[in-house]
Amino acid sequence: MSNPQQLRYSKEHEWLSAAENGVSTVGITEFAANALGDVVYAQLPEVGSTVEAGETCGELESTKSVSDLYSPVSGEITEINEDVVNDPSLVNSAPFEGGWLFKVRVTDEPADLLSADEYTAQNAG
Amino acid sequence: MSSSELRHTALDALHRSLGATMTDFAGWDMPLRYGSERDEHVAVRTRAGLFDLSHMGEITVTGAGAAALLNHALVGNIASVGVGRARYTMICQADGGILDDLIVYRLAETEYMVVANASNAQVVLDALTERAGGFDAEVRDDRDAYALIAVQGPESPGILKSLTDADLDGLKYYAGLPGTVAGVPALIARTGYTGEDGFELFVKPEHAVELWQALTKAGEGVGLVPCGLSCRDTLRLEAGMPLYGHELTTALTPFDAGLGRVVKFEKEGDFVGREALAEAAARAEQNPPRVLVGLVAEGRRIPRAGFAVVSGGAVIGEVTSGAPSPTLGKPIAMAYVDAAHAAPGTEGVGVDIRGSHEPFEVVALPFYKRQK
Repeated sequence: MSNPQQLRYSKEHEWLSAAENGVSTVGITEFAANALGDVVYAQLPEVGSTVEAGETCGELESTKSVSDLYSPVSGEITEINEDVVNDPSLVNSAPFEGGWLFKVRVTDEPADLLSADEYTAQNAG
Repeated sequence: MSSSELRHTALDALHRSLGATMTDFAGWDMPLRYGSERDEHVAVRTRAGLFDLSHMGEITVTGAGAAALLNHALVGNIASVGVGRARYTMICQADGGILDDLIVYRLAETEYMVVANASNAQVVLDALTERAGGFDAEVRDDRDAYALIAVQGPESPGILKSLTDADLDGLKYYAGLPGTVAGVPALIARTGYTGEDGFELFVKPEHAVELWQALTKAGEGVGLVPCGLSCRDTLRLEAGMPLYGHELTTALTPFDAGLGRVVKFEKEGDFVGREALAEAAARAEQNPPRVLVGLVAEGRRIPRAGFAVVSGGAVIGEVTSGAPSPTLGKPIAMAYVDAAHAAPGTEGVGVDIRGSHEPFEVVALPFYKRQK
């Protein structure tokens, strides 16, 4: 699997798009989606709520397990992906595209976000 | 976790070549899924699925006293099983607690094969060996003697028929006969754990790859896919079948699990657990303990094993297995609940899902029954 070069990544397997007008899109990587298995329920943060980098802001549930969803950055939630709420399997079928999870107006980001190559290396082997 | 400590089945390399996600299951490195577990589940319900179940524990019991030994060691009437037939039964402790649930095949007049769960195979082997004292019977560990491949789903009879001359039409559910499949000697059993028609093929490990490939080829045109343990769990849950460690434990007797019918008090001779089980039967009749029920979610969040079942703010039971049901399109669970809340349609029952009380409907098991 390939991790898009234009994105940045957290160690917890979220991806973060470059900001447009201060707003970035967040999703989970294909690696994480494969590890979870079929995602069957997504609880996403509320629009207007604030999230802290590295803190829980929702959950993704698959057939066999439930995983906390973290935000890779701090900021205010401006939009969530209602398509994923209605059809969580989008997280598996298109993790970097239609399966995005939320948009956040970034106020702060940690210094340790990874490039695509660094993230790929972290999960190699 | 070091993978070198895990046991591998004869099909291990094949699973890896198929891209399986592997998981540690009872000390075995087993396929969890090959692609999407939901697709695998649907394939078994509508077409056919192929499973490697070589982790299951086979124990052979032979000798003139084999039937008497099994009648003493297990709660079922094994002596009454006809040659070529199989029976679902249990092995219990002296206090009535369930050590394991088993399928016993009578292969010949004085030869039985006991199939135990992988996680309990050693326990069952030890118990049978100990209980064999004084009987003219031999208990043999045959775990390494067999690979086990299952073909499950409505297309499975057709797939198997194309590979064997064995009389499959004459092979009833819960029966087994020796035969040849794709040139490989096999014990062909019409058993399974999916709620579908299907077959379990016990073969020598050195024939497993050849048989798997022949079945794959024979099933190509009808949509057969390889399936992992993940979909096996949702299939058995929809079919209301108990799983050891979830619905069945040493803390429960068969009567507590709603499976008192497997205990045969009328059989000849004494058996391990008789006294305690007779008390458990009386208790179940007079003052029913918690009852195993089905729960269907009204929402989308999934109940998991260990979650509390609640009503009016009070805990009334515990979830033993839960998963999203691909067939029903809703989360489902099996749970032990107080008898007062066990009737299908009981109002006000919920499951505490990480602090939130989600509404559930109480239903009779199973959730799914195939059309025959």
